[in-house]
Amino acid sequence: MDGIAASSGMAIGKVLVIKKDKPEEMNLEFQGVPQELNILTMAISKSKSDLQSIKEKTLKEQSKNEAQIFETHLMLLEDPEVIKQTTQKIEEENLTAINSYSQVTKSFISMFEKMDDTYMAERASDIKDISARVLTYMKGGEMINLSSLIEPVILITDDLTPSQTASMDRKNVLGFATSLGGKTSHSAIMARNMEIPAVVGLGSVIHELKDGEIIILDGFTGKIIVNPSKAQIQEYQDIKESYLNKKNELKKYIGMKTKTSDSKEVILASNIGTVADLDSLHENDAEAVGLYRTEFLFMDRDKMPSEQEQFEKYKEIIVGLKGKECIIRTLDIGGDKNLPYLNLPKEENPFLGVRAIRLCFKRLDLFKTQLRALLRASSFGPTGIMFPMIATYEELIQAKEILNNIKNELKSENISFDKNLKIGMMIEIPSAALISDILAEEVDFFSLGTNDLTQYTMAVDRMNENLTYLYDPYCPALLRLIHQVSLNAKEHSTLLAMCGSMAHDELLLPFWIGCGFDELSMSSMHILTTRKSILDLDSEKTKVLVSKVLKAKTSNEVKEILSN
Amino acid sequence: MEKVVEILNDEGLHARPAGIFAKVAGEYQSEIELEFNGNKVNAKSVMTLMSLGLKKGAQIKIIAEGSDAEIALGALTTLVSNKFQS
Repeated sequence: MDGIAASSGMAIGKVLVIKKDKPEEMNLEFQGVPQELNILTMAISKSKSDLQSIKEKTLKEQSKNEAQIFETHLMLLEDPEVIKQTTQKIEEENLTAINSYSQVTKSFISMFEKMDDTYMAERASDIKDISARVLTYMKGGEMINLSSLIEPVILITDDLTPSQTASMDRKNVLGFATSLGGKTSHSAIMARNMEIPAVVGLGSVIHELKDGEIIILDGFTGKIIVNPSKAQIQEYQDIKESYLNKKNELKKYIGMKTKTSDSKEVILASNIGTVADLDSLHENDAEAVGLYRTEFLFMDRDKMPSEQEQFEKYKEIIVGLKGKECIIRTLDIGGDKNLPYLNLPKEENPFLGVRAIRLCFKRLDLFKTQLRALLRASSFGPTGIMFPMIATYEELIQAKEILNNIKNELKSENISFDKNLKIGMMIEIPSAALISDILAEEVDFFSLGTNDLTQYTMAVDRMNENLTYLYDPYCPALLRLIHQVSLNAKEHSTLLAMCGSMAHDELLLPFWIGCGFDELSMSSMHILTTRKSILDLDSEKTKVLVSKVLKAKTSNEVKEILSN
Repeated sequence: MEKVVEILNDEGLHARPAGIFAKVAGEYQSEIELEFNGNKVNAKSVMTLMSLGLKKGAQIKIIAEGSDAEIALGALTTLVSNKFQS
């Protein structure tokens, strides 16, 4: 079975299936007003005592913040309006407690789901969670108790509810797999928080699994192997062990400054896409965010997020960084990432077409709304804004002018933003690299997007399987170009960063240090390994290495020099 | 008895502030309602309060009827203007 890898790690063990019954369609007969009211009271009081103990447990094991969710659940459970409306249905329409309660909560759920505000829309799942519990008790059912499992198991379910995850007996949950959900669903985020391996979005095949069956759950690749052979178990046990050993070994680099043996400091930052990535950022001790891709906020929906919604998301991330700097890239849509609701015309060469900043200039509504939201959020922590796909000096000036106009707009409205906001740009088009001396005067920092820079320098589509030999990070032309940018940046004291996947390339790392990169940004899982490598480097020696690499004729020569 | 106040906290009437508001409202005998854009809801219910989707800057009317209406109204308006820091 293949699903989405949601939380790293490996679990081997017995399956426990959490069945979800569908309480709403039960057509039990109406037993009379007093009886039905009694069923309602009983179910609510049972649910109340459940939620209170879950809250206590959360308070003890996690934080006051996490426990706050269940404080809200308790209030929603005993909400006077819900109870009043349910009681009315029982008394006036002679509906059963089950039907009455389910109708009332359903109408609230759909009301919340329809709301424009994602925060509120997400509250619908809280009400669903509570309502499912109450309905189960009304039917005389029992809730599966995950807080006291007799043996270690891998949980299988459609989706874990917040109350299930919180009450979970962590010692005995080896991992879990769900049929629904994606990388940012509630269950996935909780799994990463608790460091439990998880695979989500497996689809309905999951229902074929039976209690007690042995499975291997691979949280790295999203695979599930049912009834594995002895050899397979051994193989995965080895992978699991070496993963844990490596993870533990790297832990000693947490809390250390990243600097070379001769004390040249480098900032190791994370590339993130959503708030869900912050856990792994903190866990791996990243020092900042070097690239926050804002595209995710705009994808998988049918209209543009409002300024307020964007502001809330940006703020959530900036606050969640607890004082670490956040470099936010403005919308990079177009190319291979399209948004249906923008109705963009089809292009012959989308990568050479209206994408990123080019699109933003054509759709100023989109651009200005995002900049307003970003600026408002910037008052909550150190922030930088960077523009993608700048090709000319004029484009940079135009982008800066629009940003300045928005700043003035906010000033006149007395809305605060980060006065020390850094402004930067991506260097990912060769034309920008070639005039980086002029551009450097206009920005606080450069960030090299090496994936695009490679494809535009080499004129090669990185998806084209027949041309992989040209999409080559060790190619002398590319390294010379990047080196030239580094010289121009240094001359104008412009901060030099890199956020492409070449940033964590082990072979190239000494080359970056030699070029004087101030910040390297990568996915959080590479941070500690990279820190470990940098600690062993000598910055003077890497400078010598750079001059050698620049003389190489072929990428094989480059690799040879770097390997020695 | 009624009074119009403005929501001042950044996140608007999210679960926590709505919860605090409903809890405080629940401490009084009076019937208390909240009106926004022509919709009137029970101010003692978190569910209906949140269903209004109130954001920062929203002008809301608090309506209280009953023996302790005046004290209730005073307490609730202070709560809103203190950004729900009770």
